[in-house]
Amino acid sequence: MKERVLLKGGRVVDPSQGIDEPLDVLLDSGVVEALGKASAKGAEVIDVSGLVVCPGFIDLHVHLREPGREDKETIATGTRAAAAGGFTAVCAMPNTEPVNDQAGITRFILDRARAEGAVRVYPIGAITKGSMGEEIAEYGDLREAGCVAVSDDGRPVASARVFRRALEYAKAFDLTVIDHCEEPTLAQGASMNEGPVATLLGLRGNPSAGEAMIVERDVLLADLTGGKVHVAHLSTALGAEAVRRGKARGVRVTAEATPHHMLLTDSLVKESGYDTSTKMNPPLRSESDREALLEALRDGTVDCIATDHAPHAVDDKKCEYDLAAFGIVGLETAVALCLDRLVGAGVVDLPRLVALLSTNPARVLGLPGGTLAPGSPADVTVLDLARKVKVDPARFESRGRNSPFGGWSLKGGPAMTLVGGRVVFTA
Amino acid sequence: MKAYPHRHLLGIEELSPEHVQTILDTADGLREVLDRPIKKVPALRGKTVVNLFYEPSTRTRASFEVAEKVLSADSLSITTATSSVQKGETLLDTARNLEAMNPDMIVIRHSSSGAPHFLARHCRSAIVNAGDGAHEHPTQALLDALTLRQKKGRLKGLRVAIVGDLLHSRVMRSNVWLLTKMGADVVLCAPPTLVPPGIEALAPVTHRIDEAVEGADAVMMLRIQRERMTGGFYPSDREYHLRFGLTAARAARAKKDVLILHPGPMNRGVEIASEVADGPYSVILDQVTNGVAVRMAVLYLLLGGSAEAVA
Repeated sequence: MKERVLLKGGRVVDPSQGIDEPLDVLLDSGVVEALGKASAKGAEVIDVSGLVVCPGFIDLHVHLREPGREDKETIATGTRAAAAGGFTAVCAMPNTEPVNDQAGITRFILDRARAEGAVRVYPIGAITKGSMGEEIAEYGDLREAGCVAVSDDGRPVASARVFRRALEYAKAFDLTVIDHCEEPTLAQGASMNEGPVATLLGLRGNPSAGEAMIVERDVLLADLTGGKVHVAHLSTALGAEAVRRGKARGVRVTAEATPHHMLLTDSLVKESGYDTSTKMNPPLRSESDREALLEALRDGTVDCIATDHAPHAVDDKKCEYDLAAFGIVGLETAVALCLDRLVGAGVVDLPRLVALLSTNPARVLGLPGGTLAPGSPADVTVLDLARKVKVDPARFESRGRNSPFGGWSLKGGPAMTLVGGRVVFTA
Repeated sequence: MKAYPHRHLLGIEELSPEHVQTILDTADGLREVLDRPIKKVPALRGKTVVNLFYEPSTRTRASFEVAEKVLSADSLSITTATSSVQKGETLLDTARNLEAMNPDMIVIRHSSSGAPHFLARHCRSAIVNAGDGAHEHPTQALLDALTLRQKKGRLKGLRVAIVGDLLHSRVMRSNVWLLTKMGADVVLCAPPTLVPPGIEALAPVTHRIDEAVEGADAVMMLRIQRERMTGGFYPSDREYHLRFGLTAARAARAKKDVLILHPGPMNRGVEIASEVADGPYSVILDQVTNGVAVRMAVLYLLLGGSAEAVA
């Protein structure tokens, strides 16, 4: 493939520059050279007429499982799944084995990503050593090695004192602290949302108040310390309200929401007859929570859409519901779900969706990309709004097959993914 | 049309009132066999039933076994303490290996809610739920209903108080579904820490046992499930008994001919006073006998019998 690529005849949607119009995009030597009329001399021309050209999508919340759980996913398979899903970059959560709490592990992840990654990988370091919630990790080393944020995702930091220190110390290295907001004693033993459905199913429930009180705590501590907190996978109306109030007060708080929390509710656990692909943490919530999340998406309380892609081996899911692992895969379904069920359904328009998937995630963590402004990385997601997508987990690039969306028919999906000017996926 | 169209018995929730009626009528018809000098009929000759018990059980397991023997089914019981589960075998592997021996039915008791649904999805056999986690215990509700119907002549319009550990109780869930479907008037009672959220959509809840028992035709006491408690639901057994236990004085607030039920095993002196458990209106032992009849009916209907054949 040539170094110069011209994406010709597409509709460019780039919310970072307020662009939504037919333009050609010229990429050269890994960066965007020009938008609009440009000399295609010496360039490989790719016809994207009828398609939408966007700055590359960035998923802030992905579990690549390597090192340690290569039976669930590897950096190679996880990034191939990302490319197939229209993502040009993923942030890798640190709950690997061992936990990414040291520069050496960060470097290992980046080495593997350079060697085998289909898309860019930005490691996230641990908030605390071993994600044990006790002592903060070496943020200076982690930042220098390439971490873009810190998080103890999956193991919420119980101690307010420790979380406060993390927010304070992270300021020295301009790191955002990403929190999985869950009050651990309230969520103990839970396998789904607390409420009438859990009562009928006889499953222990995780109450929405447990998320909201930690969002409140984190907002208060971000205010106290001047640190930057990002709320991972917001799932409740109360949590969204806490973020909204924090933002209104000027606290440095941002939030993401997943497609599954915006599209599904806890009633699916019952309708599916205890299907373990409906089990994740935070759990699918009530219909009023789901509606509140959509409202938070519309009014800007939610900054980005992230997948919480959590691949598992078949055996981790093919068992009793309360024993099954938490999490579902999301990289290969997110964009089609958003195009059909958010844009198609009129929840948000296309430029806003591109902002939620690209410009905003880049801004939240200060990552390169999220824009097609000349000089930016040549990371491009091309969408086909007419493409018919039938979700078939058996054909995922990911090793994970654990999706509640199997069999869904969707309209619109990724058509092509380019990273650094190279095509890494074509539908 | 088959009188009982379901392949499995996973819960009461999905049964229609007519199906409940069919099972109870069949049980009534079959109960007579238990009084015969030779307690055996050939109804299920050549059928194989596996009783797969992942939780300790005395009554339910014995009851299924007796029902299987009376109907001439070949049966084997597997309890986890003596099985390959101790060696780390998964539920699915255990079930599939048992299935390779071509049973017609698997009766399963498991601490995980939904375990029978999981087997129903992955196995060929008919699945009977003998109690799954805090979800359902359908044959218990059926035997309770059979007992009430026997003693009171009806279910419709009966005032039934269900008192005790509602939160962890599969017996409560199955009974609420069954009794409300059949037109009984159910009231639930527990300390607020033991009330599962949203249950009031199915039946009214009170925290005062005196109110619950007042004028009741039947009081169904639930066991405090210490083994499922992760602590702190109530301060002490003493206070529980004092405030929420069924004492003789409280039982006296109910109708004169009140029936006292308990699915067992009982914590005497906690949820129920011995004088009540052993008192004249206690039908706790009738429940056990009816348990056999109900399980005979379920086996019979699921393994291909028709309701008319035994009527």
